[in-house]
Amino acid sequence: MAKLTADTDLCQGYGNCLTTAADVYDIDDDGKVVLLIETIPDADRARVEAAARSCPVKALGVVDG
Amino acid sequence: MSTVVIVGASVGGVRTAQALRAQGHDGRIVLVGAEPHVPYDKPPLSKQFLAGAWEHDRLALLTEEEAAADRIELRLGVAATGLDAAARSVELADGTTLGYDTLVIATGATARPSPWAAESGVHVLRTLADGTGLRDALAEPGPLVVVGGGFIGAEVAATAHAAGRVVTVVDPLPSPIARVLGDEVGRLVGDVHRRHGVETRFGTGVRAVSGHVGALEVTLTDGTVLPAGTVVVGIGAVPAVEWLADSGLELDNGLVCDEFCHATGHPEIFGVGDVARWFHAGHGEHVRVEHWTNAVEQAACVAHNVVHPEEPVLYRPTEYAWSDQYDWKIQIAGRPNRATGFELAGDPTTDPPRFGALYRDEAGRLSAAVTVNWPKLLVAARRLITAGTPYEEGLSVLDKLIAPVSAA
Repeated sequence: MAKLTADTDLCQGYGNCLTTAADVYDIDDDGKVVLLIETIPDADRARVEAAARSCPVKALGVVDG
Repeated sequence: MSTVVIVGASVGGVRTAQALRAQGHDGRIVLVGAEPHVPYDKPPLSKQFLAGAWEHDRLALLTEEEAAADRIELRLGVAATGLDAAARSVELADGTTLGYDTLVIATGATARPSPWAAESGVHVLRTLADGTGLRDALAEPGPLVVVGGGFIGAEVAATAHAAGRVVTVVDPLPSPIARVLGDEVGRLVGDVHRRHGVETRFGTGVRAVSGHVGALEVTLTDGTVLPAGTVVVGIGAVPAVEWLADSGLELDNGLVCDEFCHATGHPEIFGVGDVARWFHAGHGEHVRVEHWTNAVEQAACVAHNVVHPEEPVLYRPTEYAWSDQYDWKIQIAGRPNRATGFELAGDPTTDPPRFGALYRDEAGRLSAAVTVNWPKLLVAARRLITAGTPYEEGLSVLDKLIAPVSAA
């Protein structure tokens, strides 16, 4: 399992994460990222890491859980 | 062991290298960069970096530790100078050559140079070195004249204004952002500078720039002379393909690529990012896009197509760009300047405004969206655009987001 992190202070609402992994990330009315789940199975890790790397302000992380 | 050489160490090249590893490429990955710096990110150069809020270490796209962990070999500070496609070999500025099995060309674009000469004090903004020079210049007193009202020019103007500088933006077009947004929405967004107290001279070109740093004069085509301490010229970028001039690759406003991002006739060569002009199967034409998200998405697609050549994926993204100017977050999905009509949502007159425009194309689909300070609407619309949603159906979905705001 891997643990997801999201820094809402850094988040600027660019929304690229939702394009890659809409099952994991959402966005609230203020334009801030919301984690729909907090841990992911290892099988999903590469895809969610790609979504995290698509964040222009590095607000997202995937760490060993 | 299969070797992938990636030329260009900005976001497209870096993300390609990372995605290759993530996709399971087990051979060598060599990342070549002309600049001496560790790979860095460009969007903050006109914003947080220029404002002095971020230092260069915060711009890093790939640290040396991260490169080592992913077995990405960095060849920094050495430009590629030529390509022998028959021999599958890249020539480098230090006289060495690099052989490859797969080549990824991600050399980006360079700032269009200022056509106006002055002794000193005239800047462009594309690289970290440019950004550092401009930041130093903005620490000095004196008015700033920004030539070019596109995204870079507008962001520099906003940053300099926030730092207390007197700023004037000059552009020969009456509404520069209308190039991207279309005329009507362009006018709504185009007064962003005036609403924030920055002077504009739109519809007027520049005839000459003379003098030296701290004592420049910008002469406009209507005869006006604007005094300036510093001048920034943001008039676009040109794809960096000079090093490929003798390669035999097809070059025409960028490296011409097919729908899978292969360079024409070369299944072992790919293009990524600002330099690539590829066949977009959704649009039915070649396009070249100079935006961050495109480089990232194209990198992921190319990495897949390198690792899985037997099942290549078409690259047909929904265009997406953003620009942060003053307290306005402008986000654009799709191609609004190709639309046949639009509807407005929200309120452009509030301070700060929160509004959007939803565009339709001639096939009756929701084809583009522009929002100001409304990320949730943009994200939802972008998803519907990608799905090819009919316009009225898209509007009815988005109405659930729009209605509470309109009623307020």
